[in-house]
Amino acid sequence: MPTYRDEAVVLRTHSLGEADRIVTMLGRRRGKIRAVAKGVRRTTSRFGSRLEPFMVVDLQCYEGRSLDVIQQAESLGAYGAPIVADYAAFTAANAIVETADRLTDEASQQQYLLLVGALRSLARGEHGPSLTLDSYLLRALSIAGWAPTFGDCAVTGEPGPHTAFVAQLGGVVADAVAPPGAPRLTPDTIALLGALLMGDWAVADAAAPPVRAQASGVIAAYTQWHLERGLKSLNHLDKGIKLDPSLRRRPRTEAVESALIEAAAVPTAVPAT
Amino acid sequence: MYEGIVQELIDELGRLPGIGPKSAQRIAFHIVQTRGFDVTRLGELLMEVHDKVRFCSLCGNVADEDRCGICRDPRRSRTSICVVEEPKDVAAIERTHEYRGLYHVLGGALSPIDGIGPDDLRIRELVQRLADGEVQEVILATDPNMTGEATATYLSRLLRTMDVPVSRLASGLPVGGDLEYADEVTLGRAFEGRRLVEH
Repeated sequence: MPTYRDEAVVLRTHSLGEADRIVTMLGRRRGKIRAVAKGVRRTTSRFGSRLEPFMVVDLQCYEGRSLDVIQQAESLGAYGAPIVADYAAFTAANAIVETADRLTDEASQQQYLLLVGALRSLARGEHGPSLTLDSYLLRALSIAGWAPTFGDCAVTGEPGPHTAFVAQLGGVVADAVAPPGAPRLTPDTIALLGALLMGDWAVADAAAPPVRAQASGVIAAYTQWHLERGLKSLNHLDKGIKLDPSLRRRPRTEAVESALIEAAAVPTAVPAT
Repeated sequence: MYEGIVQELIDELGRLPGIGPKSAQRIAFHIVQTRGFDVTRLGELLMEVHDKVRFCSLCGNVADEDRCGICRDPRRSRTSICVVEEPKDVAAIERTHEYRGLYHVLGGALSPIDGIGPDDLRIRELVQRLADGEVQEVILATDPNMTGEATATYLSRLLRTMDVPVSRLASGLPVGGDLEYADEVTLGRAFEGRRLVEH
């Protein structure tokens, strides 16, 4: 059977049968790859850990009838562990790989390099996870041919600045063509959107939280409009933990203390069943 | 394709997880052809399991009463809770005979790409169990894969706000293996989790 070799980013995995997984990857030269990794769910698997989401691998597969089969995988970038250690980065990385999965089928070296760069940045904590995600979304859409405009009017080309944003029209538009009720963006938000698109991180990192929140909303709407379906991951982006005050841990009472002492006195062996 | 109910049986068996068309056909013909195969017993058990088995109202493990056998057992320590993803993980840990506390089954792991967030797991129930201050340790035993690790990260951050000690199962080299065959991620974890040797 013909074999091939490629560099690839693992986008997602699905369990298959007893111990196998279907791994969906974005290859540098082959575009989207779906391949079976045999036995990787067993703890004795020698390459299971390399085929987890967000890992960048050097891959060898042989072509199957419907799915390819992974023969070897060597890790080139182990971004999984640092990303998963930060829950906000993990949720952002999920949205990034879900977008890459939806956006790319054909080989695109630009999309591949952008994806690797975004995951590397999240793993290193170079910028806030939401900023990295927003910048990735804008740039990935731009590479796909849906570059938004944040300066001149997207319809007439009239020089900006304009404040009305219409995702369906491709960015900010002049008042004369803006539909009634079109959301209005502040100058700071427009500056942040432009910075995220161009990769001007000095401006992006300095943006205030309300400005970031408005920009994130605009980018999410723009992305989902062009992808034609909602991204599941965007609903689960980390917004911090708010614990219900009624569930706060109460200090131990005397009754609980005595119960603990009694529990400690019980023989420790649990009979085999 | 077979005729009538044989094909229906093959189709029904084929809907079970992990059973493909060939396996379904093999099981169906085993049932049809083997003399002495107790079909009645199998049928009754399937009905009984479907009717009786439920999930423990406290920990989420499979149970045939309101509480599972582990939660009902007075010899189990009430001061520690081991958090796992699925009921089958409880069985795996029980086989070690190393743990004598209680369990909490989350019902899965956080996976935003599949639309599974904190509200879709039994995390609120876990927090409620910790509120009375009796539990002195929470052991996170989620799977050592990306979603399991993310779930452990989320829970440790959540439980930190409740002032309860949290530990995570160690991961590293498998017993009986050769060091040279370990992959770099597992070996790296083993180095991170190394411990002092007592003299």
